[in-house]
Amino acid sequence: MAETSYVRSAMLAPQKPPASETGAVHWVRANLLSSWGNIALTILSVYVIYVIVATIGPWFYRSVWTAGSLEECRQIIAETWGEGKRGACFAVIAERWQQILFGFYPKELYWRPTLTLVLMLVALGPILFSWVPKQILWFSITFPAVAFWLLWGGSVWLPVMILVGFASGFAAFRVISNVNGLAGALSAALVPVLWWVFLCNPAAELVQSVLPIGLVELGSDQFGGFLLSTVIGVSGITFSLPLGILLALGRQSDLLIVKSFCVAFIEGFRGVPLITLLFVASLLLNYFLPPGTTFDVILRVIIMVTIFSAAYMAEVIRGGLAALPRGQYEAADALGLDYWKAQRLIIMPQALKVSIPGIVGNFIGLFKDTTLVSFISLSDPMQLVSAIRANQEWNGIYWELFIFVGLLFFIFCFSMSRYSMYLENKLKTDHH
Amino acid sequence: MTVALDPPRAGFRPGMLIYDTRYRSITIQVIFMILVVVFGYWLFENVKSNLRAAGKDFSFGFLWTRSGYDINQMLVQYSSDSTHGRALLVGMLNTLFLAFMACILATVIGLIAGVLRLSKNVLVARLMEIYVETFRNVPVVLWIVLVNAIMAVSMPEPKEFRGEAPTASMLFFDSVAVTNRGIYVPEPLFSRSLGNTDAGIFLISNDLLAIIAVVVASIWGYRRLHRNATTVQNATGVRPATRWKGLAIVVLPLAALLAATGFHLGYPELKGFNFVGGVHARNSLVAMWLALSIYSATYIAESVRAGILAISRGQTEAALALGLHPGLATRLVVLPQALRVVVPPLISQYLSITKNTSLALAVGYMDLRSTLGGITMNQTGRELECMLMLMGIYLSISLIISALMNVYNTSIKLKER
Amino acid sequence: MSDLAIDRSKMHVTDEVAIQISSMNKWFGTFHVLRDINMSVMKGERIVICGPSGSGKSTLIRCINRLEEHQQGQIIVDGTELTSDLKNIDIVRSEVGMVFQHFNLFPHLTILENLTLAPIWVRKVPKKDAEETAMYFLTKVKIPEQAAKYPGQLSGGQQQRVAIARSLCMKPRIMLFDEPTSALDPEMIKEVLDTMIGLAEEGMTMICVTHEMGFAQAVANRVIFMDQGQIVEQNAPREFFSNPKSDRTKLFLSQILGH
Repeated sequence: MAETSYVRSAMLAPQKPPASETGAVHWVRANLLSSWGNIALTILSVYVIYVIVATIGPWFYRSVWTAGSLEECRQIIAETWGEGKRGACFAVIAERWQQILFGFYPKELYWRPTLTLVLMLVALGPILFSWVPKQILWFSITFPAVAFWLLWGGSVWLPVMILVGFASGFAAFRVISNVNGLAGALSAALVPVLWWVFLCNPAAELVQSVLPIGLVELGSDQFGGFLLSTVIGVSGITFSLPLGILLALGRQSDLLIVKSFCVAFIEGFRGVPLITLLFVASLLLNYFLPPGTTFDVILRVIIMVTIFSAAYMAEVIRGGLAALPRGQYEAADALGLDYWKAQRLIIMPQALKVSIPGIVGNFIGLFKDTTLVSFISLSDPMQLVSAIRANQEWNGIYWELFIFVGLLFFIFCFSMSRYSMYLENKLKTDHH
Repeated sequence: MTVALDPPRAGFRPGMLIYDTRYRSITIQVIFMILVVVFGYWLFENVKSNLRAAGKDFSFGFLWTRSGYDINQMLVQYSSDSTHGRALLVGMLNTLFLAFMACILATVIGLIAGVLRLSKNVLVARLMEIYVETFRNVPVVLWIVLVNAIMAVSMPEPKEFRGEAPTASMLFFDSVAVTNRGIYVPEPLFSRSLGNTDAGIFLISNDLLAIIAVVVASIWGYRRLHRNATTVQNATGVRPATRWKGLAIVVLPLAALLAATGFHLGYPELKGFNFVGGVHARNSLVAMWLALSIYSATYIAESVRAGILAISRGQTEAALALGLHPGLATRLVVLPQALRVVVPPLISQYLSITKNTSLALAVGYMDLRSTLGGITMNQTGRELECMLMLMGIYLSISLIISALMNVYNTSIKLKER
Repeated sequence: MSDLAIDRSKMHVTDEVAIQISSMNKWFGTFHVLRDINMSVMKGERIVICGPSGSGKSTLIRCINRLEEHQQGQIIVDGTELTSDLKNIDIVRSEVGMVFQHFNLFPHLTILENLTLAPIWVRKVPKKDAEETAMYFLTKVKIPEQAAKYPGQLSGGQQQRVAIARSLCMKPRIMLFDEPTSALDPEMIKEVLDTMIGLAEEGMTMICVTHEMGFAQAVANRVIFMDQGQIVEQNAPREFFSNPKSDRTKLFLSQILGH
């Protein structure tokens, strides 16, 4: 007979689950030993962990930090721990770590790259984290010029004049666009270019002769190691994002010629390995420029790396744009926003938010790719490692050097990917 | 009485070129095209004058001149008397060979790592996560040079394998020797070989052709078997067992062919100071292959993981609620959907692997870039031509693979409103 | 619901027990999600389970077809006890059909293929017969013309009706509904509820977790109110809605029927 009516008199309090269901024993049984396959995997994992720890642990423990050569290291290890034991010879790191970090930068001027790094972190603050006061953004804008001056040296007036060029473009835009919008935009582009090409250098030299302020000037051949990688990486990252956005917009546009050009550009640069582009930068760029012009090699590399990364960035952003519902474009149109305003205020913020994992992935890839400059004889960390290994004193050493370089790369890249996750999480809670 | 009037036709004013939407797009495009053409012309003129100043001309004739250098690993015949063009061919074949091998190994490792990362076994999942994060955040060049260094410095020399108390021994029942000059593996030999065919550019082994033909036929037979089983299942509801028959179709014909041609392995043996016989895979090839595979497998593992996670739990639950076994549910419901998500990034990764083979110069493997873009370019001084060819070849490979991927994507696209 | 003459005379409860749950307790880790559940369902009954979110109603019906496992107590479905024995689970799952809140249709298969998948692979029915059955049920839910389309091409209401037809193709004796209309736009709720009423008129044993109180009043023969993982009150719909006895029931009804 079906029960038709029932009322509970007193609510039940929650009980503890039966003993076999909780606790460490249950967890181990359920997660690690739930089936034969699982048991096999657990045994295998434990074995792998054991092997790794058993080989690496003692090797690290028996490490030598002061020695003049590999031979000496081995001697010290044999004396302290017995014949035949292997140990880490970190003495090579102790001796060469500055070279790996700074390349051939003069030792007494190390304060300049270090200061630049600290200032870079400050400049990145307002961009990466929202709790940093926004006034620092003004500093972030001028940071490229400051960094350039600190690293390469020379007269302080040159970067100042470059910044003046930007300011003049901005001023021209403001003044002239009150008269005519299009003319304003054109002059904003034209005035700085004219300034940079013709007046910038003479103005800098003029002021320099009156008021000489400057730092010791250094050539690009003194850049090396992680200093070089960071300079190329950060410059590439900074400039490839806006360029990538422009390319993505161009590829999406209705203007057939612009679209075809962007497609050809993107596919062309994505289809070739970066190393070939670096070869072009070092060997062939001179062919494409008027006879007699030479370019700083680092600048050439930065240009190529930027263009290469921008092509990949364009594809990532294109994915983000595609994920946007049509309704957003239509709403922007309905509000009367012109193309550039709509992009700046509505479309791009959303597209970029969606593309963050792809964008940061690109940045990480770019930073790792900076090691390729060793193939065009720039002294990146890998090149320096080869040079150290070729040295007679350290012939035959490799693990310690690779661990050091690998660890530094790992720290950089891992931090970037964790930041990307942090950003994603933060933005996810923002608008839901 | 009101008459509908035509709107006043405005006369054409130059300002309309910019502000009128009808003309604006054309104006912008024309200006853009003019800029591009002018820029291109300027580049072209610069190149011409620079070439003239350097006393060079632009021609590809160097491809038919004698190369004069040796290549240490080759899939087809080559000597220092061969032409640069042939060196190009050798390099390209080396590139494709390495890319192919690396893609296979990377896929296998990536699949295993990706699936294990989702395992309930916390130990295994964490280990895989550590593997993926460690290898992904370090440049691939470092891994390549590291593996090469391990092999070149830490592996025993051939002479350590000899003697009464050798300090090194061979693996797998004395068939594989790992030395600091490379790995020696047994080579396939046919005592009743079918000979070779001359394809003009190189010789193809008939045995290889026969094996390929038999494998293709076996695969076709296997698919026929499954199609027949499906027909029977549609008609009667019961699916005939295909496991053993399928195995037989794949294995038996190949075994028969190998027996008929007298297939046996030629083992590497230590003679004098070196190993003779067997196939010698140099350090450079092994280092490139292993490092590239393990590095790229991390990306593939992430794609596999994303693909499996993309399929909502509800799909599995619905399949189970209908009474399907977990294995069937995975095969019929989860896997087809997961493949759609996994395959496109997988193909991108293959493309990436192919382009990364150009790092071979770091360890001395003679791929396309080391020959055409390396020694050939240095010797002939033909930088412009070599670079253009090099980039052109890589670009073609990229575009072909991208086109194939697009075809695949459109064909399996899920239909929506 | 009011314009369709619901024929309650067609719905009657038999004397056979369809589902018997005794002293069932379930924990998620240390969280006691289902507490001392005792419930008997006769064949032909139409039961509506309601309650605040987090009360365990979905978990309860998911235990009936072993999508969730219980740690204590007994669940007997149509004479088969649900344990970790895979054979029993198979038997139960082929007798019990389930309709999900988010439809869970297979997007890579056509509607027809969605419906014939389980009969072909589980009951080993030849393809032609499976397709005939599928078309019969598609006609029953009033969308036979969509057979060749893909789920992504259908509206939400149509998809849910396909999901119902998909479960029916396995000829289940008991149908479980887990908030079948909660993910639908208002104008599509009616078509799904009409389908469910049609099933009830055919004598199907149904357990439905839903917030649609109109449906409960019109179709159900018993309404169960759950809170904090336990059954608080159950009664015939007329008494349940007009004369709730427990304070919690009164509170819940005032919230749900108030607006």
